[in-house]
Amino acid sequence: MTPVATPFFFYMLSGLAVAGGLLVVTRRNAVHSALSLIVTLLAVAGLYLMLYAPFVAGVQIIVYAGGIMVLFLFVIMLVSLERTIKERQFNRMWPVGLAASCALLALFLAVFEKGKKLFEDRPLPPLTENNNTQQIGLMLYGNYMFAFEIASLLLLVAILGAVIMAKKRI
Amino acid sequence: MLDSFMSYLGSTVTPGEANNQLWAMIYVLIIFAGVSVAVMAMNWLERKALAHFQVRLGPMRVGPHGLLQPIADAVKLLIKEDIIPAESDKFVFWIAPLIGLLASFTVYTVVPFGPSQAVSDMNIGILFMLGVSSLAVLGVVMAGWASNSHYPLIGALRSSAQMVSYEVAMGLAVVSAILMTSLHGAGLYGVAKLSDGTGTLSMIGIVQAQQEQQVWFLFKFFPLGLIAFVIFAIAMIAETNRAPFDLPEAESELTAGFHTEYSGLRWSLFMLAEYAAMIAVSSIAVTLWLGGWVRPFPHWLSGPTWDFIFALFPGLTFLGLGAIAFLGTVRMPKHAYFRVQTIGLAAFGAVLALIGVFLLAIVIGAKVSPHDILNRTTEGLSNVFWFVFKVAVFMYLYIWYRATWPRYRFDQLMRVGWKVMLPISLGVLIVTAIVGVLLG
Amino acid sequence: MNDRENAVSNLDLETPEKPYLDSNELIINMGPQHPATHGVLRVILKLDGEKVLGTECVIGYLHRGVEKIAENRTYTMFNPYVDRMDYVAAVSNGLGYCQAVEKLLNVEAPPRANYIRVILTELNRIASHQLWLGTHALDIGAMTPLFYTFRDREEILKIFEKYCGARLTTHAFRIGGCQYETYAGFEKDVKNFLTFVAPKIGEYEELLTTNRIWLERTKNVGVISGPDAIALGVTGPVLRASGVKWDIRKAQPYANYSQFDFEIPTGKNGDTYDRYLVRMEEMRQSLRIIEQAVNGIPEGPIMAKVPKVIKPAVGEIYHSIEAPKGELGYFIVSDGSTQPYRVRVRPPSFVNLQALDVMVRGMLVADVVAVIGTLDIVLGEVDR
Repeated sequence: MTPVATPFFFYMLSGLAVAGGLLVVTRRNAVHSALSLIVTLLAVAGLYLMLYAPFVAGVQIIVYAGGIMVLFLFVIMLVSLERTIKERQFNRMWPVGLAASCALLALFLAVFEKGKKLFEDRPLPPLTENNNTQQIGLMLYGNYMFAFEIASLLLLVAILGAVIMAKKRI
Repeated sequence: MLDSFMSYLGSTVTPGEANNQLWAMIYVLIIFAGVSVAVMAMNWLERKALAHFQVRLGPMRVGPHGLLQPIADAVKLLIKEDIIPAESDKFVFWIAPLIGLLASFTVYTVVPFGPSQAVSDMNIGILFMLGVSSLAVLGVVMAGWASNSHYPLIGALRSSAQMVSYEVAMGLAVVSAILMTSLHGAGLYGVAKLSDGTGTLSMIGIVQAQQEQQVWFLFKFFPLGLIAFVIFAIAMIAETNRAPFDLPEAESELTAGFHTEYSGLRWSLFMLAEYAAMIAVSSIAVTLWLGGWVRPFPHWLSGPTWDFIFALFPGLTFLGLGAIAFLGTVRMPKHAYFRVQTIGLAAFGAVLALIGVFLLAIVIGAKVSPHDILNRTTEGLSNVFWFVFKVAVFMYLYIWYRATWPRYRFDQLMRVGWKVMLPISLGVLIVTAIVGVLLG
Repeated sequence: MNDRENAVSNLDLETPEKPYLDSNELIINMGPQHPATHGVLRVILKLDGEKVLGTECVIGYLHRGVEKIAENRTYTMFNPYVDRMDYVAAVSNGLGYCQAVEKLLNVEAPPRANYIRVILTELNRIASHQLWLGTHALDIGAMTPLFYTFRDREEILKIFEKYCGARLTTHAFRIGGCQYETYAGFEKDVKNFLTFVAPKIGEYEELLTTNRIWLERTKNVGVISGPDAIALGVTGPVLRASGVKWDIRKAQPYANYSQFDFEIPTGKNGDTYDRYLVRMEEMRQSLRIIEQAVNGIPEGPIMAKVPKVIKPAVGEIYHSIEAPKGELGYFIVSDGSTQPYRVRVRPPSFVNLQALDVMVRGMLVADVVAVIGTLDIVLGEVDR
């Protein structure tokens, strides 16, 4: 599949993701923040598609946008939030925050400069033998089986914990 | 321009793969128009069929036998006053039906009407469909929230909890169908190689796998395919909030649930999204288990004569519908009041019959004087017809269920979803995998 | 029949169920305009999440002062008013009132009038149960039985219309007997109806009785035990479904029910499913009664010798009949004039409604609707 209009789509999707992220932190209304986060996640899924990783994009939509964001919205709606709408969005410590984020940005740029030589400046070749889904499947259930099982055990523990905490009577 | 238009005809890949934006656009428009017409037809069929189940007639006045009723409903909804509840979040109120609509219509990008008739055959087709249809939950939750009233909020939370629960069972049932695509043995129990990893998530690939294995996945490894199909069929009803799982919209308890506060055009968007979602999940079921666009018995009754006979079906169906319309015309009361309706019904029947004759002419022409375009048109026609026919059967079943069964209480609904559907679908998945490995 | 004396009730109506530690009590108001409260009934629900902790019914939206009106009308003039109380089953109301006044006057309706009365009252019972079934099934979500029962109910209403000119508020009986002779073809119509409706009842059962969803929605929902029912004064199919075999047609026979052979269906658990089965069986037993009655209508007068101006002696009388919904009683106090001093109606729905609180404790909100439906209340009766 030959790529089409790559710079346009890249800039559009990344712009959407960044804009969504900005809206998440600047909105007063929590539901609006959650909606902006959904936009960001969908834009990231599009970016995954551009990296020839359709499976990851699909799973991002199913799990993140369709599952985790629904959970967020449930929580926001079940917790009454009228108080927080009237609160100030930015508190008085914002210069400290700005300084810290500038420092973080400097750190990212330094790492990027150092590591730029590790990544060659050419587009990634698409997988030739198996497609993305099959490759992930072979890796996940082959080489990384153990990690997969541990992750599922973690999830099981989390489910049990949630059920125990939410149940009223055992 | 013309040769870019013609360049795609006769291609064997979808426009998405052929990088043909013009044809992709044309397909999108056709699908959009087709789904909208299908939703209106479904609306009419629901009212008529439900009425006939309940020993009454249904709409009879607006157009002959109520055929123009959906248009009247649409016009009424469009000219209604747009009421937005006070203190509601206007942006979210506005965007909620749009998200539902978006989710329901985007899935049609991968629905295959033929071996190369899909907007784009992604190689994660089924994953995409499941994922995007799960975005509909967001629309429901936001609709309930934005209505700023407790009945819609309770309805929305219940509805979304139900949809999310049954998505799990749906996904597992889908996975066991996907498992079968990686087999290559023909027949009910044949399996040649499993570990080659040539299974596929693409919708067209799934139907082609069924064609290769010469059996619908419904009957594969009988009864495993059947159980997976039944689980999916039940889960898809719960997913689309239809009876018997329609407690969130139940009138007697919550007065229409999450779309209580929506009126006019906004409500019609929800209705459109609901019916489009119904058609979308039915097409998943048809593609995964019922062989998609493949005509019945392609291997048992194979050969050019049988192909020809089965290819006559689209034309015959339209002729049959036209005959029913004529029968209705004959039975209309002979009174001056009904003259317009009688003429209208006769004209409708004539149009249907003409379409039938036209389709038959194409098929017979292809048989008599084989020509590349005629052959391909016949084939395309046949594919689209069988697909739409199978989806239409599912739509009728939806209406039948609604007429017959009472509705589940919410806790019973969740119990069925988690304690019955999930273990059974897990079990089917494991047994299918074991059988696949053992027989190979 | 002797269960009344031996009943032990475990009802504790004073202390409501204790809420959980971190519960969030919610007061939700159902009605008076609500698609499922069968009229203008307001139910205030106290919920803990989805569980019902207690209910309170607010009635009176349909109060028309019927009992007060009775004090200003003569006995004959009041007769049409009683139909409007339980408007679904109007014939029974008339029967109860006419028989109460006849008891005050010490007259007996002639046998032919009694036969006609029994036939019409039992037809009325079937019609009432059919309407109950349609609306109850609709509340639980099955839309189709409503249309089937209403279509079949039409035949009964046609018979009523041919007999007395009205379908709903029939005013069929008079004090002392019946005013109208049976019309030509009455027996044939009733016999045709019997053969028509027997398979239809089978149709309703086929749709619902073994349906898993119906079973799940009605089994163990709204349970009331026999002693509790007796303590609350509940009568009718609700009482019989809790296992108490009490039917006034057998216990204190009126009209000429003692001449007919029929069974009293009872249930075991006192849940909604048993009430459903009891009412279905009652329909069949009514068919039996009608068949016996219509095959043996004697000749004779249809009206007893009643004075033109009805002036009963000073006294009081309580007379109750088995209406489709329960024990319908009339307590009439006469002070010797042409107008009664006091008419007190004991409506079955009013007393049965009090059992709602007991039945829905611990159930979910969706069950409240099912239980209101299964109690078969008519607000015209509750409020009068």
